[in-house]
Amino acid sequence: MDVAVTAKEIKRDDLLQMYQYLRLTRALEDRITALYRQGRIVGGVYTSHGMEAIAVGYASALERDDIIAPFHRDMGAFLIRGFTTGEILAQYLGKRTGPSKGKDGNVHMGDIKRGVFGFVSHLADNLPVAAGAALAFKIRGESRVVFAGTGDGGTSRGDFHEAMNFAAVRKLPVVLFCNNNQYAYSTPLRLQMAIPNVVDRAKAYGMPGEIVDGNDVAAVYLTAKRAIARARAGEGPTFLEFKTMRMHGHSEHDPAKYVPRKLLEEWKKKDPILITEQLLKQLGYAEEGYFQEVDERVKNEVEAGVEFAEQSPLPEGPEVLEGVFATRADSH
Amino acid sequence: MKTMAQATEEVSYLEAISQALDEEMTEDERVFLMGEDIGTYGGAFKITEGFLQKYGEWRVLDTPLAESGFVGAAIGAAMMGLRPVVEMQFADFISCAFDQITEVAAKNHYRWGAAVPIVIRAPFGGGVHGGPFHSECPEGWFFHSPGLKLVAPSTPYDAKGLLKAAIRDPNPVIYFEHKFLYRRIKSVLPKEDFVVPLGKADVKRVGNDVSVITYGAMVHLALEAAQTLANEGIDLEVVDLRTLIPFDKEAIYSSVRKTSKAIILHEDNKTGGIGAEIAALLAEDCFDCLDGPIVRIAPPDTPVPFSTPLEEFFLPKTSDIVSAARKLAAY
Ligand SMILES: Cc1ncc(C[n+]2csc(CCOP(=O)(O)OP(=O)(O)O)c2C)c(N)n1
Ligand SMILES: [Mg+2]
Repeated sequence: MDVAVTAKEIKRDDLLQMYQYLRLTRALEDRITALYRQGRIVGGVYTSHGMEAIAVGYASALERDDIIAPFHRDMGAFLIRGFTTGEILAQYLGKRTGPSKGKDGNVHMGDIKRGVFGFVSHLADNLPVAAGAALAFKIRGESRVVFAGTGDGGTSRGDFHEAMNFAAVRKLPVVLFCNNNQYAYSTPLRLQMAIPNVVDRAKAYGMPGEIVDGNDVAAVYLTAKRAIARARAGEGPTFLEFKTMRMHGHSEHDPAKYVPRKLLEEWKKKDPILITEQLLKQLGYAEEGYFQEVDERVKNEVEAGVEFAEQSPLPEGPEVLEGVFATRADSH
Repeated sequence: MKTMAQATEEVSYLEAISQALDEEMTEDERVFLMGEDIGTYGGAFKITEGFLQKYGEWRVLDTPLAESGFVGAAIGAAMMGLRPVVEMQFADFISCAFDQITEVAAKNHYRWGAAVPIVIRAPFGGGVHGGPFHSECPEGWFFHSPGLKLVAPSTPYDAKGLLKAAIRDPNPVIYFEHKFLYRRIKSVLPKEDFVVPLGKADVKRVGNDVSVITYGAMVHLALEAAQTLANEGIDLEVVDLRTLIPFDKEAIYSSVRKTSKAIILHEDNKTGGIGAEIAALLAEDCFDCLDGPIVRIAPPDTPVPFSTPLEEFFLPKTSDIVSAARKLAAY
């Protein structure tokens, strides 16, 4: 279907906002990568480079009250939920002002008040948890929804399948997704699963599933909206497979020599930012000077974040002892 | 292949592991490898680089991302006569296979006589800015599960010899290899085939005043502390457990009988750790020979933190050993 035709269903301002979040995600992660290369960020750095449309699209489709259990390439979701570039960079630099106060690094951050579950490295661990959050909404009769996902690799784990099954059996208000970026670290799809599409897994659990162009933010947004509406209406879970491509290494230390260059070249033409720019032009949404203005704004926001993070203090050693146990239970 | 090092060259801890796998695979065609990204990519830490080309895709299997699945598969293949060695990309992910390891692998032989000769390689430990999910020392979970053997080498020699012994052992063995040591510790290894038998500790430094009982990366910390203390006339003995189950009680007892002072040092957090068991045994069996309190040095009971000052605070330090040894020496 013509992208511009379907995108007309999206309000102009919403589409422009998504474009800005795509740009902010890209600029922030590029900056993080640069800091990593300079040795300023230690540990692993996993980016969503070339895959930004997934998190930006689905997080934009949710209501503020809904819960997100993001995947490790979902930076856009954090930004949309109000994590500032400063907080995020502080997290990467291990500063006290980061969401995990230095206890964890990179995209392993969360905030129950902002409705974002902290990512667990063990892939798919958060999917049964997401189903449980949806169960709470169902039990209490709330019209809230949970959006949770993993990578193509993560769909091999038992926790993925257990979450899918439970969500379907109880018709829970959850949307489960997979970012299918063709690889799990170095392992191509053909060594991960014997089915042509990850979405085939949904059938086995009696759950509707859809394949979506993960590089087209408008398509991600509109499909997510439909699945969310279904969940909210009490019709149960949906599984979405966002087709995309991991354009960087698994993490920034990985040159990814195992990925055929041709594949990357093909996907580069489908860069989500490029596509959205074309779309905005085609729809006549971008006024004169708009792109330059976004350039400026995004750059400033990232640099302000760097400044905040750099000026933030590191935690002090004994702070490691804080927070093992809760003194009260917050909820969202 | 880089695993074909000359016998006079220094071999890193990482290369020693690689050599052990390579030699055992050449020697015994039943040995095969499974894990995530171990084939084309050569493993997250490059331990199996070149193995796919050398041994082919049925002896070096890139698996789906499913630890419970490939550990279970290893158990099945082992019972049918093969000798699988599986790799956890990080030891932290072993929790995903906990059920297969503790309920199936550990209990099969006891329950119905079926041996499970598998090796699970688990790159563990901190000091690498890995944060809570890439730095864990999960040996304590398995220490409490009868039927598993656990090893944790500290040197290239032990790394190679213990891995070979683990592969040849008829039981499930979890092989904890310390990530921090991979490229930092090197030594020259014997040319000929050798094994380090499971269940035997090694005195890495002979001393008379205080015993430090430890394993893994902490062995090197204890050796560092020993140097500092030697200048003050305190003579540390460093006992490297090497095998955590079955552990070498005799070696521990004979060291403590000599020095009358015991420090137990590990990187796993303190409560319910391996140190607690050793302390209890010393209290039960060596009470008469102790000349001071048993001291445990271990991280606090928290996850492993990410940020550098937090991780530095968390991990045991040479100075912790030095001050504990000074106090004990004064008794
Ligand atoms: C249970 C578990 N095993 C291993 C890992 C190590 N690991 C981290 S990401 C990754 C590959 C993930 O692939 P995929 O799910 O496709 O997500 P992508 O990174 O491609 O977005 C692996 C093997 C992990 N995080 N969790
Ligand atoms: Mg993937």
